[in-house]
Amino acid sequence: MGKTECSCAIAEISELYGKDMATRDAYGITLVELGKKNPNIVVLDADLSCSTKTINFAKSFPERFFNMGVSEQDMMGTATGLALTGKIPFASTFAIFATGRAWEQIRQSVCYSHANVKIVATHGGITVGEDGATHQALEDVSLMRVIPCMTVIVPADAYETAQAVSVAAEYYGPVYIRLGRAKVPSLMPKDYNFQIGKAYVFKIGKDVNIIANGIMLAEALKASQILNEEGIDTGVANFSCVKPLDEEVLYNIAKASKLIVTAEEHSIIGGLGSAVAEFLSENCQKPLKRIGVRDTFGCSGNWKELLKYYGLTAENIVQTVKENLKK
Amino acid sequence: MRDISFLKEKARELRIEIVKMLAQAGSGHTGGSLSAADIVAALYFYKMKHDPKNPQWIERDRFVLSKGHAAPVLYAVLSLCGYFDRALLSTLRKLNSPLQGHPCCKSLPGVEVSTGSLGQGLSVANGMALGLKLSGIPSRVYCLLGDGEIQEGQIWEAAMTAAHYKIDNLCAIIDHNNLQIDGYCTDVMNIEPIEEKFKAFGWNVLSIDGHNMEEIVGALNEAEKIKGMPTMIVANTIKGKGVSIFEGKAKYHGVAPTQEELEIALKELGNGKN
Repeated sequence: MGKTECSCAIAEISELYGKDMATRDAYGITLVELGKKNPNIVVLDADLSCSTKTINFAKSFPERFFNMGVSEQDMMGTATGLALTGKIPFASTFAIFATGRAWEQIRQSVCYSHANVKIVATHGGITVGEDGATHQALEDVSLMRVIPCMTVIVPADAYETAQAVSVAAEYYGPVYIRLGRAKVPSLMPKDYNFQIGKAYVFKIGKDVNIIANGIMLAEALKASQILNEEGIDTGVANFSCVKPLDEEVLYNIAKASKLIVTAEEHSIIGGLGSAVAEFLSENCQKPLKRIGVRDTFGCSGNWKELLKYYGLTAENIVQTVKENLKK
Repeated sequence: MRDISFLKEKARELRIEIVKMLAQAGSGHTGGSLSAADIVAALYFYKMKHDPKNPQWIERDRFVLSKGHAAPVLYAVLSLCGYFDRALLSTLRKLNSPLQGHPCCKSLPGVEVSTGSLGQGLSVANGMALGLKLSGIPSRVYCLLGDGEIQEGQIWEAAMTAAHYKIDNLCAIIDHNNLQIDGYCTDVMNIEPIEEKFKAFGWNVLSIDGHNMEEIVGALNEAEKIKGMPTMIVANTIKGKGVSIFEGKAKYHGVAPTQEELEIALKELGNGKN
């Protein structure tokens, strides 16, 4: 196990603080900066480099970029081989193809060999939008979380993405980072320091605590503002690292809570909500409600409409809290 | 150069260790381990640069056993080379043994990557070869495939990659024994014509008798001279080669020798000769 914090101090990371930006864009920028610092970083993509933003790296370091064509399985195997000769491969494509099409390659070649491969997948979740269900990964966090040795990260904003990607480059071992297509607001404070296995607590509420990650962190913060104004003491924590889960912080939050709500842009089966439910049921039983996509496929539509359609909004969180909080 | 009779003798020793460890384990893949013994002997005792005392030597040549179920031939050659004590072979497939049913690189020195799920090794070998080139290390990568294995779609993705990126420090070898678990490859899912397929994918293709040591050595040397494209050696072999009761029988794909069969095998292989 390598480092879990970043010591490379890339100045460009702090430039992403406060920026409203899609997490995939932050990835593209950060990857180039990492490439300048570390000649061992190589990047692979499966014919989606313009969408995943690895195109920036490809232009800057063509000799260290491998377009694998439309072949995700081969990409994961090739990344494994590169890692086993000391390179630090970042393999990118859409989340559904990375984790679905190439799941067994990730399990057998990458993780069972403990190869130092970073899988950074974009277009996670429903906010892919118009492309519809075939391109909307709602199962990827679950699929990655179940594999031994895998670290699973779902950053919430550009600043956190830049940090998570930089930390992943320094950490030794397989990492899955799930990024989105849609522009997201800046949420994490300037003094934030991403660490693998650590959650960030905005506030611990005496009544309710919302545990969120990815695009749902913004909704959780909006919901908490509404609930606090209405006299329900509500806290929010960013559990961007789904695995390893920050069990210490989760335990402390659970002890303080009358109700816990998880919020994720993912199926309620197997993702953050499941991880929290598993821990709480064994260690600190508290009422829990999970906000997420409820065992169904996505569909085409504008991404903002889709968040409403699937109940992934601050209003849904507020309503869930009110319906389930026992006074 | 070590002479051909030395390599033949090493292949015989490998076969003896293979049948012994499989009989002791009581399960495992006999046929495909024996068919690959001559190829593996030529790689480890003749062609490959490697150092059993320093398995992580950066300039070593790499061997990827993509047909991971032939683990016994890999374990046999690693022990004969001195990567670990030969006594360990008797722990094959047993609880807590580093000799897992299929090779695990985290548990055993000399195993370059974990394999066992077919179709994945050629991609890994490509990645290693690309990584070595990027680092300016003049090492070569060898990848042994089963013939049934090339029914996996990922093999053809990797075949495209190797040609596209002109991976000429890669030499793949198909152990073409024409048998897979359910029968003849030509009956289960026809893979022919293998040579023409790889040629069409942009490979340099060599076809040899995979039990003729002169031909194996010749092909491995020839492959090294080819620049600008990967080489595929189609090694025509006999499943279970070396033991008459196992030869050419699909049944012995995934079945270990019984004690009686072991005795016959050891007699045929001349166990006890120096």
